[in-house]
Amino acid sequence: MEIKNVQMEAAKAENPTALRILWREIFRDKLAFISLIFLVLVTATVYGISIILDQDEIVKVDLFAIHQPPNDEFILGTDYGGRDVFGQLIIGTRNSLTIGFLVTLMSGIIGIVFGLVSGYFGGHIDNAMMRILDFFNVLPFLMIVIVFVSLVPKYNTVTFSLIMTVFLWMGIARLIRSKALQEKELDYVQASRTLGSSHFKIIFKEVMPNITSLIVVTMTLNLAANIGIESGLSFLGFGLPESTPSLGTLLSYATNPQTLESRWWIWIPAAILILMLMLAVRNVGEALRRAADSRQRRG
Amino acid sequence: MWKFIVRRLLITFPQIVLLSILIFLMSQFMPGDALTGMLDPNVDQSTIQEQRERMGLNDPWHIKYANWVSGLVQGDLGQSFRFKMDVSELISQRMENTLLLGIVTLIFTYLIAIPLGITSGRYNDTLLDQAITGYTYVGFATPLFIFGLVMLFIFGYQLGWFPTSGSVGPGMVPGTLDYWISKLKHVMLPALSMALIQTVSTVQYLRSEIVDTKQKDFIITARAKGASESRVYNRHIFRNSLLPIAAFIGWEITTLIVGTVFIEQIFGYPGMGLLFLESINMRDYSVVTALVLLFGIAQILGTLLSDIILSIVDPRIRIK
Repeated sequence: MEIKNVQMEAAKAENPTALRILWREIFRDKLAFISLIFLVLVTATVYGISIILDQDEIVKVDLFAIHQPPNDEFILGTDYGGRDVFGQLIIGTRNSLTIGFLVTLMSGIIGIVFGLVSGYFGGHIDNAMMRILDFFNVLPFLMIVIVFVSLVPKYNTVTFSLIMTVFLWMGIARLIRSKALQEKELDYVQASRTLGSSHFKIIFKEVMPNITSLIVVTMTLNLAANIGIESGLSFLGFGLPESTPSLGTLLSYATNPQTLESRWWIWIPAAILILMLMLAVRNVGEALRRAADSRQRRG
Repeated sequence: MWKFIVRRLLITFPQIVLLSILIFLMSQFMPGDALTGMLDPNVDQSTIQEQRERMGLNDPWHIKYANWVSGLVQGDLGQSFRFKMDVSELISQRMENTLLLGIVTLIFTYLIAIPLGITSGRYNDTLLDQAITGYTYVGFATPLFIFGLVMLFIFGYQLGWFPTSGSVGPGMVPGTLDYWISKLKHVMLPALSMALIQTVSTVQYLRSEIVDTKQKDFIITARAKGASESRVYNRHIFRNSLLPIAAFIGWEITTLIVGTVFIEQIFGYPGMGLLFLESINMRDYSVVTALVLLFGIAQILGTLLSDIILSIVDPRIRIK
């Protein structure tokens, strides 16, 4: 009895779960660890402060306080509508992060299901599904999203994320599919099939857990890309409306030459924040990628 | 190889048809049609209805689609109500600028990528390589529009080395040498900004390609024959690593299209991307539809080009 217990524990120690390996790799990589702490801090701060801050109060136009440089009342000055830049920065970061998370999650779910089904069944099903994917892939993504956004009369964070998701699930789907194609040839899938497991069970309870690390890595790297795309769209003026600022909204004020040239407090903080966020997410993602590939692991 | 190319071309055709149907359906949801903007408010309703009937605006959608496509094939993209001119004419005016921007960007992209990639691959894991890898790492994470703004801020406004907007100086006569010099001056900063960001994936790819090739048997053979180090790198490794890079050209077109929209907006550069944004804001939907279609076709052809080049370069792909 005791021996069996010891053996089981040894087996546990030898085969840590995929998530444990990912976690250990981040912990060992100093840069990734600092990045992760930075991300957690920023997320906690912006969501925490924005509970106290009132979005409508922040975006209310105050014509007596236009373009004030940073001072005691406004830490980062005001924009062309006399709105507090610091408050917009906090709310904007929150909105950008929310959309980034939502799009990553939704496109992740669609992509994973699509990729798993396509790769697992293979053959004609795979062929047909890949043609659909190819078609989405050649669409001029940016233009179509912009047209959509300008046609939909009223939208909020969720609908906006949905529009983005429709055109952003293909990358992860392709990746998961190619992995599923390899995975289904392995013995455990055949064995499970022989035992009479349903396709559904094999796909989602047996194949999917085996590619967890790939899913986590891809979704992390996608998060950085999605935050960039969202702020880019808002920058062009086709993201959320001005009453719901995003990081891109603050940067879009810099298309006014005077703002760009002499009112640094409006756009430089937002630019730095986006850069730091994207670098931090990438650092974490790269550490995870190394962890997922046992040859590159450091720890 | 021809079999692959023909099959690949056969996929392209339905893609373009599907794209056109999608864009057409989208255009049906846009407010206004060919008559809006041409009407005198004093014309009475029955005359308008008559005219609509005559122009086929009340037909079911598949007939309208057929009419639209037959117009497209003949180069008729409709009328811009903002400029009161043919969309095809309007776009061709702007296309010259965007093409110039695209070509200069591509030249810069490869001018930066090839030396950096080769140095980084040849002297891998040295300080120089680490610096280049660091640049590509940060470049990957930097959104193009932020980099564009920063470049404009530094080189356009603070240092004043480059003009900050437009595609040509005022009062230039088209065709003269000064005109072209002024055009080049205007395109330099936008193109450089785009190239510096776009080039990072090519640098990374070239680097890993060279690092891989370095360890192959034929390189050992070349060394054993007594080929000098520079000959090994310039002839044997470089040639073999350069071919996959050639396939990137098609995909660069895709990134260029997205890039021009941002860059033209930031630098106020009057090309197709800026025209697209202006038209959307002005609700000039016939121009929007035409531009989305053109960008879409360019993207499909870019992917096609890449796949074909890749199939020539890498025989394994042909089998699929």
